[in-house]
Amino acid sequence: MKWSELFTSSVGKKWIMGLTGIFLVLFLIVHVGLNACIFAMDGGVMFNKAAHFMGSNAVPRILEIGLFAGILLHIVQGWSLELSNRAARKKGYAIPMGNKGSKWYSRSMGLLGTLLFLFLVMHIAHFWVPSRITGLDPVLIDGKEFHNLYGEMLQLFQGNLLVVILYVLGCFALAWHLLHGFQSAFRTLGLTNNRYLILVEGAGALFSILVPLVFALMPISMYMGWIK
Amino acid sequence: MQHYNMNLTLKVWRQKNAADKGHFETYPVKNISSEMSFLEMIDVLNEQLIKEGKEPIAFDHDCREGICGMCSMYINGRPHGPWQHNTTCQLHMRAYQDGDTIVVEPWRANAFPVVKDLMVDRSAFDRIIQAGGYISVNTGNAVDANATPIEKDKADDAFAAAACIGCGACVAACKNSSAMLFVGAKVSHLALLPQGSPERKSRAVNMVAQMDKEGFGACTNTGACEAVCPKGISIENIARLNREYMMAGLTEDK
Ligand code: HEM
Ligand code: SF4
Ligand code: FES
Repeated sequence: MKWSELFTSSVGKKWIMGLTGIFLVLFLIVHVGLNACIFAMDGGVMFNKAAHFMGSNAVPRILEIGLFAGILLHIVQGWSLELSNRAARKKGYAIPMGNKGSKWYSRSMGLLGTLLFLFLVMHIAHFWVPSRITGLDPVLIDGKEFHNLYGEMLQLFQGNLLVVILYVLGCFALAWHLLHGFQSAFRTLGLTNNRYLILVEGAGALFSILVPLVFALMPISMYMGWIK
Repeated sequence: MQHYNMNLTLKVWRQKNAADKGHFETYPVKNISSEMSFLEMIDVLNEQLIKEGKEPIAFDHDCREGICGMCSMYINGRPHGPWQHNTTCQLHMRAYQDGDTIVVEPWRANAFPVVKDLMVDRSAFDRIIQAGGYISVNTGNAVDANATPIEKDKADDAFAAAACIGCGACVAACKNSSAMLFVGAKVSHLALLPQGSPERKSRAVNMVAQMDKEGFGACTNTGACEAVCPKGISIENIARLNREYMMAGLTEDK
């Protein structure tokens, strides 16, 4: 077997999806953990310090390059699979199977992924671009200057219902993408058996609901004025 | 259960040949017994068509006892009709009530082109088997059943995978027209047994390569295949195929 078949065969392509998918899941753990610092109720001190660490330390910056590469690979491969899979049945059924035998969100990974992609474009423009490129206002913490990423968040979400709704919708798309994707990735990588299946499915469901919920609470809390 | 007769409306896909565009034709069928099989009901309709001087409906079938995998009808939006773990030939008319309308379509997938009416060409499956779904040793006479001791769990899993009758319902049900349940079953039942292990790497790689060449889609793990499989082939076999393929891909010599 040629090495290239790992990237060109259907099973090889799915391995790429599974590996990058799990990598993105790991990233989400870091992301949700760091962002949860806004719930410390300290006016953003802990959060700004954490964000500063991620922005100034070499290790997260190198990982960030990996993250962009991984997400790009996931998106390109995802769309490529979606197109070739759709093309495998030129003439469809008069009566579609619908939900007989599969969940709607498992059949909608391409759509949910595309919604996530649109969300990511907006999200990167809101936070990554100002914090890495165009610059943020400084804030003094213990006499030292930090980027006020927390202030940027407050400014974006306070009194801006439309943005809050878009973020919450993004969280729904993520929840459904993961509700199928998490356990699917383990199947794709061949990492399931009867003993682990319950564990993988349980952890997957828990993760897919909990993480988007915590993310959604961030814009909601700021909009409602629960955190200031 | 009480026996009863029913009148039905059938909407059946008619297509003269592979090149024809095809269309649905509506037929009333009368006095169908609840004890008939679905295919017997089609036989009755075909007798009626022949008497009227019309072309009977072409459909695949052979054993009519759920073991050969030839029958292939997509009935009211589900391959092999409404019953679980069941083939079209084993579907009985007691699944329906008087006055029902039943829509019958052929399997739909580019890799399974329609030959005529409800018949599709499933030779793509044969070519996948030819690519590696066998063991290349001269076996001579059948050896004693217990000459090679095999762990009970492995033997059971291999047997369950070997129950696949190659009907193609998994492909028909899949949104990607993926053949991964079929190939997963065929690779698994040999990979689990000592007789299959010398060729397990090339088998997984070659069968997947042929599957891709035939134009089947990739697997999204939606589970629709497992839900319609008449033999209850577990989706676990797909995970095993993924594992076999990657182990082979990473460790093969060439
Ligand atoms: C944080 C963001 C994301 C995470 C955590 C994530 C995670 C995952 C996971 C775990 C899978 C399952 C892989 C498998 O079945 O082997 C998956 C599948 C998929 N993802 Fe994503 N994903 C994300 C974003 C995206 C985006 C932006 C797209 C854009 C197109 C996308 C498109 C897809 C598609 C199409 C599949 C299904 C592939 C298939 O089974 O045919 N994902 N994703
Ligand atoms: S796996 Fe099941 S549905 Fe698919 S060909 Fe085999 S018996 Fe038919
Ligand atoms: S005709 Fe043989 S399985 Fe249905």
